[in-house]
Amino acid sequence: MISRGAAVPDPLAVVEKQGGRSWVVACNDTAEACGVRVDMTALAAQALADGLIVRKRDASAEHESLAGLAVWAGRFTPSVSLEPPHGLLLEISTCLSLHRGLANLLKQARSGINEMGYAAMMACAPTSHGAWILAKAGIEKAVRDPARLENIIAALPVALLDQPPAVLEGLERVGAHTLGDCLRLPRGGMARRFGQALLDELDLALGRLPEARAFFMPPASFERSLELPAPVHDAEALQFAARRLLPELEGFLVLRQAGVQQLELVCRHERRDNTVIKLGFAKPTRDAGRMQLLLRETLGRTRLEAPVHTLVLRAPVVLPLSASSADLFQKTREADGDLLLERLRIRLGKDAVYGIDTAADHRPERAWRPCPEQGGAATANRHRPLWLLPKPLPCHDGRLKLMSGPERIESGWWDGGDVARDYYVAEDRNGAQLWVYCDRASGEWYVHGVFA
Amino acid sequence: MNSSLESVLQHPGIWRGSQRAQTAENALPTGFAALDEVLPGGGWPRGALTEVLLARQGIGELRLLTPSLARLSEADGWLAWVAPPYVPYAAALAAAGIDLKRLVVAKPQSAADAWWTAEQALRSGACGALLAWLRAADERRMRRLQLAAETGHTWGVLFRHARAAQERSPAALRLLLEPSAEGLAVSILKRRGGPVSQPVVVALPQAGAIRRTRRAAPALSLVHS
Repeated sequence: MISRGAAVPDPLAVVEKQGGRSWVVACNDTAEACGVRVDMTALAAQALADGLIVRKRDASAEHESLAGLAVWAGRFTPSVSLEPPHGLLLEISTCLSLHRGLANLLKQARSGINEMGYAAMMACAPTSHGAWILAKAGIEKAVRDPARLENIIAALPVALLDQPPAVLEGLERVGAHTLGDCLRLPRGGMARRFGQALLDELDLALGRLPEARAFFMPPASFERSLELPAPVHDAEALQFAARRLLPELEGFLVLRQAGVQQLELVCRHERRDNTVIKLGFAKPTRDAGRMQLLLRETLGRTRLEAPVHTLVLRAPVVLPLSASSADLFQKTREADGDLLLERLRIRLGKDAVYGIDTAADHRPERAWRPCPEQGGAATANRHRPLWLLPKPLPCHDGRLKLMSGPERIESGWWDGGDVARDYYVAEDRNGAQLWVYCDRASGEWYVHGVFA
Repeated sequence: MNSSLESVLQHPGIWRGSQRAQTAENALPTGFAALDEVLPGGGWPRGALTEVLLARQGIGELRLLTPSLARLSEADGWLAWVAPPYVPYAAALAAAGIDLKRLVVAKPQSAADAWWTAEQALRSGACGALLAWLRAADERRMRRLQLAAETGHTWGVLFRHARAAQERSPAALRLLLEPSAEGLAVSILKRRGGPVSQPVVVALPQAGAIRRTRRAAPALSLVHS
């Protein structure tokens, strides 16, 4: 059960229109200190608190926030369901070991929620509806035993039930103030008087009736924006803001069982085109820690042309990433290797870091190629030198001793890059072994490689 | 020997002249028996720098390493080549048994970037070996690389000009290579466990084709740095 903690020093109240009048549905501590209470009319609240800021309740923004939180909660479990307007239910029994126990999971959830600027009541129970009632009652307990859950719930007021006001009033009238009182009423009579829904709700909470909940499905692509409190001039300062968006992305990717290989950070400026900063990963990933590292290094090397007022994190393409725990089982050396490649590419430039591969061409200078990914099945040739000169060097005076050859290479007449050469292995005065050729057209000699 | 001296000698950072064979833990066999015999632990030191000094390229300095690079390429972990002077030639590397999938080449623009790249590669632990051709070496930079190699437990090979033989170096192993009639003469300038006086001659696999030429040698030589 979650509510947004607005850090405003002035008294603030959120109001909602109902029956032609505005009612306070929430207020901050400052307003409460002036005597403002929930369920008070807006007019009364304004009279009590001087300079009260009144905000209209925005249902769609609330729902968007809840959906955002559901996406974030995907980092804990793929089974998240919404309890609008302000509840999230997470099925966590199957993923406790992944998060090293319940206490640890709750700690992570708590700090995550705080980091995003929300406050929450968190409760755990063997049934989701039981947990929901505990959270609404403000009992932040982790109850594992069904009998204990029944004991705790029995003492809670009936007002916590999701029943229409008529039913709740009826219960009060028969003297059932707590849920325990309801449980002691004869079931048959209760169903007749208050409807089957009340019985079902109690049974759901206590696990006597199986629950069927629809799980939250995240949208197909990810895009979240964050308005900055003040314009930011320095790219490095952006990483603090961007860091808030990454946990949500990670949760989104876990829910979708997916990873990203490219991320875009769009910086919006006033009266200027957006700056788009691209992040590339060696392999699809959903590890927020890794994204953050890459983000830090990228932003550290970015100069901003203008101050940024809004930051948008976008994953244009989402790729399937098989198992939910792929990162856990991946060989660490392989993961380190991807990270190393990414870091080198950020600093040295994309084209300065490459693998090499053989190519099907007889011309030695075209028989290899750099490739962005690691090379594939190569064609070996043991008559080739380990070093190839990027451009053949002409030879002049002195003596080279020809050790072996010739190997005639004639090729490329079809693409204008034709060569006609006789290659030899030669040794110079200093004992270095070179790969030389005689150009058959001109009779000139060139060095093309070194047998290092 | 009294007991306090004994306890000092137990410290892993201390090696004694007579202990050569025991010092280097899991060394990497070079593929040349004569060389393994004089190297501590019987091979290239993992988790340390090896300096290869030579006056001239093309005398077999890479062929000296290919057997161990081929073996490393069977495991995971990259063979990183930082700032190579020429193009590492794919067909020849494959012929030497090196899996090209493990190869990554970095061509940094500046010397500072090249030193940084080498350090990252060593420190990450993601590389089986790092080969680097770096300019503007100084002791501080060398020491950083040696520490990074220890941290990442990676075999770092620096190729430098033979002039550097006179300089001090934190590298665990320093070799001077010279061509000889029987192959390659390897002088060990520094190793853990005391000096070796005689150079070791290593017979390298023959370069290029075996077929003998009958053509008369042309009058030419290499214009070459």
